[in-house]
Amino acid sequence: MKITLGWLKTHLNTSAGLDEIVRALVMLGLEVESIEDRAKDLRAFTVARVVSAERHPDADRLKVCMVDTGKERVQVVCGAPNARTGMLGVFAPVGTVIPRTKLLLKETTIRGVASRGMLCSAYEMGISEDHEGIIDLPPRSKVGEPFASVLGLDDPVLDVKVTPNRADCLGVRGIARDLAAAGLGTLRALDATPVPGKFPEPKAVHLAGPDEAACPLFVSRLIRNVKNGESPGWLKARLEAIGLRPISALVDITNFLTFDIGRPLHVFDADKLAGDLAVRAARPGETMLALNGKSYELDSEVTVIADASGPQSLGGVIGGDATGCTAETKSVLIEAALFDPVRTAATGRRLGIQSDARYRFERGLDPEMVLPGTEIATRMILELCGGEASEISIAGGIPKWQRSYFFRPKRTFTLGGLEVPTGESRRILETLGFTLSTREGGFAVEPPSWRSDIVGEADLVEEVLRVHGYDHIPVMPLPRETPLPRPALSPAQKRAVVVRRALASRGLVEAVTFSFIAKAQAELFGGGDPSLTLVNPISADLDVMRPSILPSLVSAAQANADRGLTDAALFEVGPQYRDDTPEGQSTVAAGLRMGRTGPRHWRDGGRAVDALVAKADALAALAAAGAPVENLQVTTDAPHWYHPGRSASLRLGTAVLAHFGELHPRVAQALGAKATVAAFEVHLDAVPLPRAKAGKARPLLRLSPFQPVERDFAFVVDEDLPAEKLLRAARAVDKKLVSEVRLFDVYGGKGLPEGKKSLAIQVTLQPQDATLTEAALEGFSKKLVEQVSKATGGVLRS
Amino acid sequence: MKEQELEPLRREILDAVTGAESREALEEARVSALGRKGRITNLMKTLGTLEADARRAAGAALNRLKDEVEAAIASAADRLLHSELERRLAAEKVDVTLPVETGGEGRVHPISQTIDELTAIFGEMGFKVAEGPHIETDFYNFTALNIPPEHPARQEQDTFYLPGEHGNRKVLRTHTSPVQIRTMLQEPPPIRIIVPGRTFRSDYDATHSPMFHQVEGLVIDRSTHMGHLKGCLIEFCRAFFEVDDLPVRFRPSYFPFTEPSAEVDIGCSRDGGGLKIGAGGDWLEILGSGMVHPKVLEVCGVDPAEYQGFAFGMGIERIAMLKYGIPDLRPFFDSDLRWLRHYGFLPLEVPSMVGGLQR
Repeated sequence: MKITLGWLKTHLNTSAGLDEIVRALVMLGLEVESIEDRAKDLRAFTVARVVSAERHPDADRLKVCMVDTGKERVQVVCGAPNARTGMLGVFAPVGTVIPRTKLLLKETTIRGVASRGMLCSAYEMGISEDHEGIIDLPPRSKVGEPFASVLGLDDPVLDVKVTPNRADCLGVRGIARDLAAAGLGTLRALDATPVPGKFPEPKAVHLAGPDEAACPLFVSRLIRNVKNGESPGWLKARLEAIGLRPISALVDITNFLTFDIGRPLHVFDADKLAGDLAVRAARPGETMLALNGKSYELDSEVTVIADASGPQSLGGVIGGDATGCTAETKSVLIEAALFDPVRTAATGRRLGIQSDARYRFERGLDPEMVLPGTEIATRMILELCGGEASEISIAGGIPKWQRSYFFRPKRTFTLGGLEVPTGESRRILETLGFTLSTREGGFAVEPPSWRSDIVGEADLVEEVLRVHGYDHIPVMPLPRETPLPRPALSPAQKRAVVVRRALASRGLVEAVTFSFIAKAQAELFGGGDPSLTLVNPISADLDVMRPSILPSLVSAAQANADRGLTDAALFEVGPQYRDDTPEGQSTVAAGLRMGRTGPRHWRDGGRAVDALVAKADALAALAAAGAPVENLQVTTDAPHWYHPGRSASLRLGTAVLAHFGELHPRVAQALGAKATVAAFEVHLDAVPLPRAKAGKARPLLRLSPFQPVERDFAFVVDEDLPAEKLLRAARAVDKKLVSEVRLFDVYGGKGLPEGKKSLAIQVTLQPQDATLTEAALEGFSKKLVEQVSKATGGVLRS
Repeated sequence: MKEQELEPLRREILDAVTGAESREALEEARVSALGRKGRITNLMKTLGTLEADARRAAGAALNRLKDEVEAAIASAADRLLHSELERRLAAEKVDVTLPVETGGEGRVHPISQTIDELTAIFGEMGFKVAEGPHIETDFYNFTALNIPPEHPARQEQDTFYLPGEHGNRKVLRTHTSPVQIRTMLQEPPPIRIIVPGRTFRSDYDATHSPMFHQVEGLVIDRSTHMGHLKGCLIEFCRAFFEVDDLPVRFRPSYFPFTEPSAEVDIGCSRDGGGLKIGAGGDWLEILGSGMVHPKVLEVCGVDPAEYQGFAFGMGIERIAMLKYGIPDLRPFFDSDLRWLRHYGFLPLEVPSMVGGLQR
């Protein structure tokens, strides 16, 4: 909310300067978002008297003016039609920069006549759009003074961010009250003396809302024989300073009071109202042209003020155009009411109307300000527009707002951490308008009518603390619960952290992508269920909770390829969503590589990515997650988004821990990928956690004193034999003796029969009890060849 | 045979040995002196013909000569080996300016790194990391946090909705605060948690992303008050931004789920156009906090007459941007490798309080 310092001081009697007030506001919880000091930019422009204004000898439209600046007499050539002898204008000396045009003013000669300065228009000063002639200052203005102070422009404008709970600070008076409580002066009395009515209010008002809460109170008053003209300068200046456009005195008064005391009012042109008024729910099909020039279709959720011909105002939101006040208005009906905050908010939201009235009604207004607000408005109207006022008509009544909370002064310390003397707590609350009565151990505290946000003791503690100052709360270290901290991460959380760093150390770059993707992409990965489709997505391509991380990574890899980075290695450790329950969300480490495994290099330029590159990444992630990678089975049943022949799942018993492989070409293409994608998905939640009670000790290391022996074997097997089968068979020959079986060559082609391949293994034997004899070695070799041949159908390659 | 008589022979042999330029020449000199038919060997063979005394003297002289020659041969062999190595090394060269394989260019995302830093700092203060689902119910995301249906904060059009069942729409959590509720419903006080994680709001422009990250904090016990809130958050700000004398300011504010509430600013300066965190004339808002609202405790079955505590929340991207000078929000989620490599972290840069947050 914007306020000006001068406006604030009409409510607050203070000697505090701008800086002090701003600091106090911030520390009261009324954050000052900006301070605009227009006088600063206008300091060089002063009041000057036009001593003479003669026609330019060589130009009909120009005048040669002699100007008294208070220091000297200066000759100025001026084109304004209103320049005349004796007037007071705004003088810009040579060397100043004109605010609107940012042009430096220089001494010049216009059609042979010297001009040493300028008489300025309001447009050139940047204070209005009016460029019809130069500024004509009031005759009392003092020559030589900065003109900004004459026009009230030297009043700094503060933009105060009022939190949603402080509806009372949506009026200048509320802000002044807080400052007074903080010790920055005293609140001036508000004069709301009733204006006696000269005649009865002729309009009957019926409260016919759907329920009592819709409009519990409706106050109206007629003022006749008014003359609705322009507002006086001070009022226009106030409104303009906070960004409102002055319209006419009647409208300006309602706007002024909205911001001055936080009391929105509406003024009808009474002569345009047909018959009695009813406050009721709108009927389906009713429409209203509002004061903003837009027409609205109404429904039963909207509270309207209607006359015989239909809705003339939307309660608490905006008035209607048909019955609005104009320059011709002779009789004005003032409306001051209470409207249901919830309904007002809903109406404004549905119709898309943001108004200053709605903003206040939906935050909750002071029910006790309705009548005083009407009286203040009446007085202002009578003063500025003349006329005579009717009696006040009241429909409904003030709803009960009185309530009481118990306040223990010690709570400022036990909750707020600050010892505040009881007397000080009491002073603060009373200055804020609370009523205190002493009770055993504390006070019964009644909040004032304007503080509907106060609902308990904690709120009272906050009031005391914020006014006394959060700065005074002593800083206390958070006591330790244990001498040394316990681990912050659970084993499952720790695992995700380790997997992330393990994948990064393999050269993959971590991405963080959105949890929602396009429906079409989700469907490629078995997702796109309606229960996971956003009702209000930000855009059509971010409308479904992702069933897999891969689509986003593929798009990202291709986007990088399009930028010239064709070798992408990306991963993400993040969520995917199976359904909309908490259990449907799981943590997955997914990644992919596109292009080559490494950049071009003179020694080893990397190679094209394939399914086995993805397998290596998946296994590394699983190892980092603590999965027993040596016990995993590889099964060729990866989901349908993988290449059917170049993909697999990694299982531990029945649990599927991961998938890896080339992405299905059709899926890759649908995602826009222009190269082979080698991808993996590791389901971290499926990896068994270490048993909580397991000891940390490692099994005892037994080192054999005997020399290990290595033997190589090559088998010719069918081309489609899984290598794993051969390796398993070799390991199984003698589990105690065989310490390692390593596949070191895979060969197919020349020298081998069609449909065959050769697999060469190196078998390491580690004897435990004695050195291997030549005979034992022979026996082992024979057994291995036999068993491997039996298991694989292969023959030893000669 | 006297020593003098052997002297010419000695001279000759030693000259041949020390003058040998190759292993072959040395071997030749050895054979001619000590070989089966070598000159010293031959002389040895003649000893038998001498008288006992003469034989003893001549034998001793010959043995001395033989030892001397053998020693000379050994040292000559060493010398030759050494010069041969020198010759080989002079010929062996590698272009040490050749570029090597740099290995992995893997990086950890700044969001993950920042979360690890938060964990390290708050972990040191006894906080545990808690998590919760991203798809939430109205109850956890709003109602339980004292945000009634008609509350303006709930009506802002920035919540993503999912259809749900039987009219019970679901929401994408708009903050990490629902995990406060889930934790309090699950475990009794004392509670000390932080909740880093994804959050979602329907806002997309230069400074808003529809998905972003927050970290929530919650402390519940019998005695924690606002002084502790200040102590905890001041410590955090100074540790995270690694500025020991960082000014931290607490301003009254409003959140439905805390009372009293405070916004927290840190000191900064904007002199010369750039933003610098630290003592300066200016303030920068970085987090919201407050004492947990009694109504929130009640909803979770925690008796507000017995227990109290504080909560706080802040944007992870925001503090990462401030700390690491990352100018824009949107590239966090663009997966541009150039950005990730520039602003990302090496996998071994694991933050810890004792080891330091940074390398």
